[in-house]
Amino acid sequence: MAARGPPGARGMGNRFAQFKLVLLGESAVGKSSIVLRFVKDQFDSYRESTIGAAFLTQTISLDETTTVKFEIWDTAGQERYKSLAPMYYRNANCAVVVYDITQASSLDKAKAWVKELQRQANENIIIALAGNKLDLVTDEPDKRAITTEEAESYANEAGLLFFETSAKTAENVAELFTAIAKRLPLDQSPRLGGRGERVTLAPESANTEAGGPCAC
Amino acid sequence: MDEIAKEYDVIVLGTGLTECILSGVLSVKGKKVLHIDRNDHYGGEASSVNLETLFKKYGNYPKGTEPWKQYGRLNDWNIDLVPKFLMSSGELTNILVSTDVTRYLEFKQVAGSYVQQGTGPRATVAKVPSDASEALRSPLMGIFEKRRMKGFIEWVGQFDIKDPSTHKGLNLNTCTMKEVYDKFGLEASTKDFVGHAMALYTNDAYLETRGAAPEAIERIRLYGNSVARYGKSPYIYPLYGLGELPQGFARLSAIYGGTYMLNTNIDEIQYDDAGKAVGINATMTGIEPEMKFETRAKMILGDPSYFPSKVRVVGHVLRAICILKHPLASTNDSDSSQLIIPQSQVGRKNDIYIACVGSAHNVCPKGYWIAIVSTIAETAANHHVELAPGLERLGRIEEQFMGPPIPLYEPLEDGKKDNIFISKSYDASSHFESTTADVRDIYRRCTGEELVVEGLREGLQVAEEN
Repeated sequence: MAARGPPGARGMGNRFAQFKLVLLGESAVGKSSIVLRFVKDQFDSYRESTIGAAFLTQTISLDETTTVKFEIWDTAGQERYKSLAPMYYRNANCAVVVYDITQASSLDKAKAWVKELQRQANENIIIALAGNKLDLVTDEPDKRAITTEEAESYANEAGLLFFETSAKTAENVAELFTAIAKRLPLDQSPRLGGRGERVTLAPESANTEAGGPCAC
Repeated sequence: MDEIAKEYDVIVLGTGLTECILSGVLSVKGKKVLHIDRNDHYGGEASSVNLETLFKKYGNYPKGTEPWKQYGRLNDWNIDLVPKFLMSSGELTNILVSTDVTRYLEFKQVAGSYVQQGTGPRATVAKVPSDASEALRSPLMGIFEKRRMKGFIEWVGQFDIKDPSTHKGLNLNTCTMKEVYDKFGLEASTKDFVGHAMALYTNDAYLETRGAAPEAIERIRLYGNSVARYGKSPYIYPLYGLGELPQGFARLSAIYGGTYMLNTNIDEIQYDDAGKAVGINATMTGIEPEMKFETRAKMILGDPSYFPSKVRVVGHVLRAICILKHPLASTNDSDSSQLIIPQSQVGRKNDIYIACVGSAHNVCPKGYWIAIVSTIAETAANHHVELAPGLERLGRIEEQFMGPPIPLYEPLEDGKKDNIFISKSYDASSHFESTTADVRDIYRRCTGEELVVEGLREGLQVAEEN
């Protein structure tokens, strides 16, 4: 698990910023695998659809004084029948839209997700396009269905960051998240401001519930 | 589109809060859940909508015009259809914490809880006192009554149902709450705000009911504990509106394998020879081509709108959703507030509630407030007259949305015969305590076990480490 130090714990002059990152893309393109590689440096070929781990955090250091914490939201399968809730997009600062470079249709799906993000999310959201499963074409170039040039030219046109990645070999995974972090507005980390008035819901101590719930 | 499984443990119809809490809990407990809504959005009656959706729902504008365009950015509006707040120490808060759904939501306090005494221009609006020292400062009571009230509140804090020495010589199993109040010599007007603004009864039936005193005392205590938790009022409210709550629990369910389908109509419910529901035929729309499918389940849960022949109407509520450019009068310019007008003050049988929220809770652009005036219908016509004492408190109203009386449904049967477990409509109360009671009741009926949410959280954390 990522370090969860309180923001104020760092010294003067150090910057710590926290951002919400959402994942999007067709089922089975490797969204969760990319996160698993990034957060835990693990890979599991037989991983089934996402169950039980849909809220992960990872902290990266951009330089000696700058730390960025990603609060990563996985789709939890709710993309399958287009049932992602507005809550998912709400206050997302950045998004990784994933496609599978060996599946021709998955880039079209990715383009549709980018449109959905532009409709539902903040105007200034940072979007990165990730062509995953690069490992599959290293030995067998014939498996590639989407050329780097095609995806890259789309990404440039749409103003997206672009990487071809392999969650399996870790190629370009850390680079992807670092590039996103560099583009984020570190000085206006939205997740730290304005928290003062929010209430933190935590379990009540046993004492305050001495009366217990009503006996009806 | 992927294949739908041939069988689920549970199919849930409707994504209201009750249904989503049940889906979330059942999924965490390992049940395979398919959750369907006919709408293109989550929440059903418990959703929060934008102004355009609201205008179109009520149709109160000339065709060809777009009145919502004068009210800032559409996405800044999240208007609840059902006015409720969460009690800080209530059961919904407990469930949110136990399931870690708090991770997906942010809450702020509701700034004040107020009660009205008298009517018309002579009405007094005052903060509801929540503890003995506030009682002593309250304008709601005269000097001697304040002392009696202080004694009463202190006694409520010490009361223990198991310890007869705290019962003041009363037999709590048989006496009425009126007798308890009388023991402390409380005046009628004090009984009124204690019963309606603290115990949050919507009418006076509780006063004369034998054996009902312990529940009333518990409700007053819940009010006091809830105020004590964060300070300003007993209520908290989620940023972006109540519609966030079902979405949060739906996400919990999905994380634990729940499958979600919006835009999906139920064409038929399949029954076996014994009359037990065993599956559904459904069509997912909004995609080309439409997807027809059938699947089976051991049980079906849902809200009343999916089972019109299996529910009955138990009453009607009146609601007027109003857009204001100012906070509620006499609430010390609170960014959010509740005002209760007890029935006796305005010659009614049921209280009138006003729930007011604004941009502090991200439900509308800066400079606006949303006030919902509601009550239980007592007449067959002239419903705006029934709400008038509430609407009068609002001052200038920019827009008002009020439709016909809204029927409240409850299931005819408990579901054991047909394997269909139906929730109740969201009632007229100002909080979610009856909603969570319904969740517990349905869980008990469909699983045969009591719902224990304490400890679910530990299970969640273990799952995450794996």
